[in-house]
Amino acid sequence: MSDDTPPRARTVPVQSATFSPEINAEIRRAAETGIYDIRGGGAKRRVPHFDDLLFLGASISRYPLEGYRERCDTNVALGTRHATKPLELDIPITIAGMSFGALSGPAKEALGRGATMAGTSTTTGDGGMTEEERGHSRQLVYQYLPSRYGMDPDDLRRADAIEIVVGQGAKPGGGGMLLGQKISDRVAEMRTLPKGVDQRSACRHPDWTGPDDLEIKILELREITGWEKPIYLKIGGTRPYYDTALAVKAGADVVVIDGMQGGTAATQDVFIEHVGLPTLACIRPAVQALQDLGVHREVQLVVSGGIRTGADVAKALALGADAVSIGSAAMIALGDNDPKWEAEYQALGTTAGAYDDWHEGRDPAGITTQDPALAARLDPEAAARRLRNYLKVMTLEAQTIARACGHNHLHNLEPEDLCAVTMEAAAMARVPLAGTDWWPGKPGGGL
Amino acid sequence: MCGIVGLFLKDPALEPALGEMLAGMLVTMTDRGPDSAGLALYGPQENGVAKITVQSDDPAAFEGLDTALAEALGGPVALSAAGSHAVLRLDAARAGEAPAALASLRPGMRITSRGETIEIYKEVGLPADVAARFGVAGMAGTHGIGHTRMATESAVTTRGAHPFSTAPDQCLVHNGSLSNHHNLRRQLARAGVAVETENDSEVAAAYLTWRMQEGASLGDALEQALDDLDGFFTFVVGTRDGFGVVRDPIACKPAVMAETDAYVAFGSEYRALVDLPGIEAARVWEPEPATVYFWTR
Amino acid sequence: MQTLDLAQSDLRTLNATLQTAATAGGNETAWEVVNPRGAHALAVGLDGPLSVTVRGSTGYYCAGMNKQATVQVAGSAGPGVAENMMSGTVVVEGDASQYAGATGRGGLLVVKGNASSRCGISMKGIDIVVFGNVGHMSAFMAQAGTLVVLGDAGEALGDSLYEARLFVRGSVRSLGADCVEKEMRPEHHALLADLLERAGAPAAPEEFRRYGSARRLYNFDIDNASAY
Repeated sequence: MSDDTPPRARTVPVQSATFSPEINAEIRRAAETGIYDIRGGGAKRRVPHFDDLLFLGASISRYPLEGYRERCDTNVALGTRHATKPLELDIPITIAGMSFGALSGPAKEALGRGATMAGTSTTTGDGGMTEEERGHSRQLVYQYLPSRYGMDPDDLRRADAIEIVVGQGAKPGGGGMLLGQKISDRVAEMRTLPKGVDQRSACRHPDWTGPDDLEIKILELREITGWEKPIYLKIGGTRPYYDTALAVKAGADVVVIDGMQGGTAATQDVFIEHVGLPTLACIRPAVQALQDLGVHREVQLVVSGGIRTGADVAKALALGADAVSIGSAAMIALGDNDPKWEAEYQALGTTAGAYDDWHEGRDPAGITTQDPALAARLDPEAAARRLRNYLKVMTLEAQTIARACGHNHLHNLEPEDLCAVTMEAAAMARVPLAGTDWWPGKPGGGL
Repeated sequence: MCGIVGLFLKDPALEPALGEMLAGMLVTMTDRGPDSAGLALYGPQENGVAKITVQSDDPAAFEGLDTALAEALGGPVALSAAGSHAVLRLDAARAGEAPAALASLRPGMRITSRGETIEIYKEVGLPADVAARFGVAGMAGTHGIGHTRMATESAVTTRGAHPFSTAPDQCLVHNGSLSNHHNLRRQLARAGVAVETENDSEVAAAYLTWRMQEGASLGDALEQALDDLDGFFTFVVGTRDGFGVVRDPIACKPAVMAETDAYVAFGSEYRALVDLPGIEAARVWEPEPATVYFWTR
Repeated sequence: MQTLDLAQSDLRTLNATLQTAATAGGNETAWEVVNPRGAHALAVGLDGPLSVTVRGSTGYYCAGMNKQATVQVAGSAGPGVAENMMSGTVVVEGDASQYAGATGRGGLLVVKGNASSRCGISMKGIDIVVFGNVGHMSAFMAQAGTLVVLGDAGEALGDSLYEARLFVRGSVRSLGADCVEKEMRPEHHALLADLLERAGAPAAPEEFRRYGSARRLYNFDIDNASAY
């Protein structure tokens, strides 16, 4: 009889969606170590992005341009509002600020060389300006940061533009923490810090707070540099309408908005994943602010945070940006997270593509490290060619799209060239859901 | 984010020049706040008379308002208009009914201040234009507060301009940015205190009014504000006979004060004070963080 | 001595004239600025052995990023006087507002009156001597250099500081996170004696107490979390 008894119905083990294996592992890690998780990079969670937008190519109502024959220009000038020497770039893709300290000397050199070959600018970072990057960058933007590590008026004068960093997309409202391991002799000297100690960066500038004071700070910087240099203001994307308006009122020439996918050398994971707006959501409010103040295109808007392809570039420009900036993508072009180092990534307990412990200084690719042996793995000239190639490909891609939409210059792309494939993207980009003339929040209501 | 100026006169001989001095101070703070400007002036007290300052985008709305309001209230009303603002003088005993009567007679008209001595003038535009439009330089008084605004998170409108007045003869101006004003606004609404604009500074003004309605002195209300208001602030406040200053505990937003036998003056920057008489010999200092300063007549 | 009158010329002309004179060298090294009336960014970005006297009080960032020059303010200075100074000397005869000497990397700043909050914030090698008192959060995150206060210090002196040396003659309202009193050794007396002399400060080294970093925040430890 027992042989004929059907097996008793049982529940199967179910993993909680709330208490997922990743969350549980993090709880155990926190309990074990007593320190929040610090890492590099930007938000890894999925958020609405440029991939959720599509271009409406020309057909009968619009006429496309012939690829490779009919011109489609890509140049852009940044800093035309007040500076007597604006930056004239061949392509609307710039290299974002990344510090020597976070990156190795050869990596900084490669960024300068690659950007120069592609006709664009690169940017210093927290920690000051190195000879490598000044020497190899035709157009170099000097970041002016809350920490003021290595801040030198001579560097200010030999920069091509000044970027006042108020915040960044990975950590708007926060300062960074570079653990002691990466404070090598040279980094320590540049930052006036004892070797090997944690470097804590402030979240506010030491000598001004708010846009009314910022206006006076900008005046000082202009007076020191003879009103030649464009003054950029970089902000993390959180309240882009008001922040852009205040940047303009404080006197900025260029506003740089960094969405939450934008990377950082090192900060708390909780900050990276839970503070800030997706890049896609930043652009239209910022453009709206510029338009409301009558300065769209006079004050240029640079968008960064998760730009990867020529399609991303074209979409950002269509939504009203004048240029984009890349950081994480440039590092990947140099060789960051390359599968050829998989065995070494495994040895560090991670895998190619997921490595983000940039603050630990053990980067197998030799980019986010100060270890001389690891840093020597990166050939700056070869890496520069890779970056140049990548920038050229992105530009060609953006041109392909612009031509298909009938434009003879990338800056003629407009929001009406786009539609959205998700409701979220339609709402954030304020472009119609594909096949409709409606987006959530559109003034005047529905269909 | 803004520029603040304030002047509290001790020497009656300076009273005829209050408007002129304050307007000059205000104009030097233009860079800190190009969006809008406003002034609260405390004039001489007129026995039994209440003053209501009203603002209208269409000054034609002032025509006949005195007679219409006099009829509605059953007592005489005098009106003097200056640009988009007008001051109504009426019997103090009837002042309480005036706002409701005004709302029904001129629905679009806004009351910027009411009380026995206060008059508030504020508009969108550059401080020099705003001061000239109202003839501020010709006004006399005992004390006054001015503000130039660089709007942060609310609209650039006349309603959003400072000073904010949420009770008779009280006003407040603010430099900084509050970070808990939405919660506070809801808390005040439950207590029956209305805040008309989206502006964080008006919430601070209403908060002080509410504390004083609950029985606190202005000094006590300012002390309580240090606990209950989160964010960055330098406030300058006025009452019928008083003038107060308080900064948050972090005290990042600038503040300079000067005192002589003749006056107490406040400026967001020293520049605002340079033309005051005897400034070279004045005691000049920066108010301490989280410390209430208060002067009364 | 050459005179620049801000009632006659604008800020750009004034700074361009001084900056050019500083880098060009030449015999004319003494300048005075009259009618400053609280103006901002006066005598900023100088790089040369110029001597500039500002007759009156200044606004924000007077003598900002100074190199080599001597700038004297015959009045009081607004926020951020001598910010990020590299070398040279800045003397304020009156009071200094907040952020005096912020992030300075070298040179000497002397404030003969009081300095308000955040004096020497994030200082990186500058020497600052204040004859009067300093306000709260002075020497916050100070990395290197010396802050000398003949009067009293406000709350949270030396919060989160690295290797800057702090000397206070009067009282300290409170010490910031990781700031502790330290022993005065002969080398500190010598350092202080030199600095007091160079600043012309009426005080003797023995009258001061020394404060510095306990170095507990240098490497993250959860047991110090309340200090972060």
